Amino acid sequence: MGYQKYDLAPLTHSIDQYLYSHLSSTWAFLAEMTLIGVVFLIFYAVIGLYLVLAERKVCAFMQNRIGPNRVGWYGVLQTIADLFKLLLKELITIRKADKLLFNIAPFIVIIASFLGIAAIPFAMGLHAIDFNIGIFYIMAVSSVGVVGILIAGWSSNNKYSLIGAMRSGAQIVSYELSVGLSLLVIVIYSGTLQLSTLVESQADGWWIIKGHIPAILAFFVFVTAGTAETNRGPFDLAEAESELTAGFHTEYSGIKFAFFFLAEYMNMFLVASVAATVFLGGWMPLHIPGLEGFNNAMDFIPPIVWYFGKTAFVIFLMMWIKWTFPRLRIDQLLNLEWKYLLPINLVNIVVVALIVLMGWYIK
Amino acid sequence: MSEEKKVIVELDENPEYIINMGPQHPSTHGVLRFEVSLQGETVKYLIPHCGYIHRGIEKMCESLTYPQIIHLTDRLDYLSAHMNNEAVSLCVEKALDIEVPERVKYIRSILSELNRIASHQLWWCAFGMDLGGLTCFFYGLRDREKILDIFEESCGSRLLHSFVVPGGLMHDVHPNFKQSIRDFIKYFRKKLPEYDTLLTGNVIFQNRTRDLGIMSKETAISYGITGPSARASGFACDIRKVEPYSAYPYIDFKEILYTEGDTFHRYKARMDEMWESMVILEKLLDKMPDGNDYTAKMKPVIKLPEGEYFQRVETARGELGVYIVSDGNKTPYRLKLRTPNFSNLFVMNKLTAGYKIADLVAISGSLDLVIPDIDR
Amino acid sequence: MKSIFDYIAGIFKGVWSLLKGMTITGKYFIRLDKIVTQKYPENRKKLKMYDRFKGELIMPHDVNNFHKCNGCGICEMNCPNGSIEVISDKIITSEGKSKRIIGTHIYHLSMCTFCGLCVKSCPSNALAFSQEFEHAVFDRNKLTKVLNNPGSSLVKDLAE
Repeated sequence: MGYQKYDLAPLTHSIDQYLYSHLSSTWAFLAEMTLIGVVFLIFYAVIGLYLVLAERKVCAFMQNRIGPNRVGWYGVLQTIADLFKLLLKELITIRKADKLLFNIAPFIVIIASFLGIAAIPFAMGLHAIDFNIGIFYIMAVSSVGVVGILIAGWSSNNKYSLIGAMRSGAQIVSYELSVGLSLLVIVIYSGTLQLSTLVESQADGWWIIKGHIPAILAFFVFVTAGTAETNRGPFDLAEAESELTAGFHTEYSGIKFAFFFLAEYMNMFLVASVAATVFLGGWMPLHIPGLEGFNNAMDFIPPIVWYFGKTAFVIFLMMWIKWTFPRLRIDQLLNLEWKYLLPINLVNIVVVALIVLMGWYIK
Repeated sequence: MSEEKKVIVELDENPEYIINMGPQHPSTHGVLRFEVSLQGETVKYLIPHCGYIHRGIEKMCESLTYPQIIHLTDRLDYLSAHMNNEAVSLCVEKALDIEVPERVKYIRSILSELNRIASHQLWWCAFGMDLGGLTCFFYGLRDREKILDIFEESCGSRLLHSFVVPGGLMHDVHPNFKQSIRDFIKYFRKKLPEYDTLLTGNVIFQNRTRDLGIMSKETAISYGITGPSARASGFACDIRKVEPYSAYPYIDFKEILYTEGDTFHRYKARMDEMWESMVILEKLLDKMPDGNDYTAKMKPVIKLPEGEYFQRVETARGELGVYIVSDGNKTPYRLKLRTPNFSNLFVMNKLTAGYKIADLVAISGSLDLVIPDIDR
Repeated sequence: MKSIFDYIAGIFKGVWSLLKGMTITGKYFIRLDKIVTQKYPENRKKLKMYDRFKGELIMPHDVNNFHKCNGCGICEMNCPNGSIEVISDKIITSEGKSKRIIGTHIYHLSMCTFCGLCVKSCPSNALAFSQEFEHAVFDRNKLTKVLNNPGSSLVKDLAE
């Protein structure tokens, strides 16, 4: 296949070999870990900051505005400036807050989203850890974030924060189900939980095309549930600006607030990445069996571009949803999950099992 | 030790979860404070506390002459400034028994209707934003700008016009007046369906507002609710129909009435009023006489004869009553304003009890409260 | 059976209404020519207010530094919030009569509510509103302005 010419595995292996040949195995291991950590930290910060800018630009264009345009060329440095502002702001200590939990909460939230990114295959061979239970791992760690939100709401000793945190708890507990079940559809199709093999299995067409109706249904359910899981509008009940001022992070200021903010955007990136990887083929170029010339042309575009393009598409979809719809009420939110998404998902899984059994999908 | 124990017992005996919405809260649209008692997310009861923006306008009016009072009434319900100005002017004219030129009546009514549309547009923005649809805010403001431009062209100010004076108008309208309004109507007829597509038809919006905060006709009457909020409950209280003033007797128009009285129909009543206002505007523009008389003959110093005078008008939020007691001087002895929002506010407790905290925001948004009008 | 049908129809109707809403925002996302906001300090040169815009009270002077104010003080009397102070002088005219002229016409921009009563009530049309709208200054004393230029005098034909 043509896309293999962009395989990054030789590069990562050569770095690995270089470290192990020059250092003792313990030090080489530590150096490698540090290297990966630093690379991810920088990646995390840059993606987080530019997603904020992207969101501001997208919503501005939807609302007939220009958006940020003062700092740098068309406002490209705006979020960097915002970051410096947040770094310099006072960290207000709340007198009656639970100090330890109050300070720990933002880190729990940010670490949860950080852990998830580790398992995402960005391009061929560009993979921090290739678990054989990759999907399961991402689902598990991404739901740790709610613990941080609950702690933040509880320890702030603020009534609005508590309501926000409790809403968030109820929301994530229910929407976890839909996220898991909609991913299960593709797991049944592909027969693997490992993200790299899942991507490889889409070399002859993405699952959203190969899996036809159930996969498309599962994709939309996943995007909806994923939006809800990341506390984004129209499911932003945990912060519900017009009801709870700022929800669970009302009492946070400065960089601690920035952590929540960054984590929210990274969670969005994570959800979009998973959607892109599982449904839209991850870094795999668009292949249509039988059209050799077309496939070769598609292979010419590097996998990393494919990956970011697809992720950007899903992120745009989520932004589009957020900036169009009004917010749901808490009981409607739970109704949507338990009365609509969950039954649809369960029926969908039964249908998919039947389809796979009978082989009624494009192989 | 024993004291500590006592505190804990007291806390247990008082399981109410009271939160203060306001005076600084995004959804109260100003410095209004709701003391809300919650059971989980459900509102048990609600006490509105007003007075955070009390400026003593009624008292200030006692030391100002009648033309000077006009500029204070701008600051009651700043979104229907023109209608407020008109109310005081009409009351003074009634007291002096002055007949203003017909053209002035038409201009006043045209500007009133424009102001009503502008006010409802801003309400639509804020209502959408209360429910979490942030894009609504910008679309509404975008279209409202066109009306503000018309006002700026003719009156010189965008929000607080002070354009009406007892006996007529401050100065004549701009020569371009009729054309710019016709252009606006043409523009807004195209934009208003977009509002419906974006918000009214939206399934989330419908679920958030339908069968919510139902106000019966009896409640509306007993609480003194006026304006579109009352008309959504079937209470025909449009002063433009009941007690026509200015140019409203000359034209025929529809009064928007619904009988359901829920949040959605309060929304619908206002949306329909925007459509109806455009029809009224067209009719008024067609009938508006030409000429350039913009004021009746007035004495330089206005002194009302001794007595009591009352005049009411329909503002964008309901009935504004102006009650002047004069002792024959050039300043009023007492001026009482019956503002619509003050009455509309106190039904909140009855409407919200038993609903969720998110519904509280929706209901208060649908009543379209303007806080400076409550506190005066 | 009917309830199941209603359930499914409800889903489709709901999704359809959401999609219709998304077309509106999507349409404006593409139509960048519909942007209504402006870059303010950059467009300062093109920015033109309407003629009647009530920016700031001024006393128009002609090229020979003449104004029309005779210091009667009616504007001060009509101002609802005391933003105008008229300090008049007395001079002896050539015929030997004593005559009141304007000394300083003080305008407190910080107190003005732009009701326009001063301009309307002025018997000699000496006052007007300028279209200046950038009022921000660092010192609030700068908001107290003297409207008559130094050395200016009442326009000839009115004085005689």
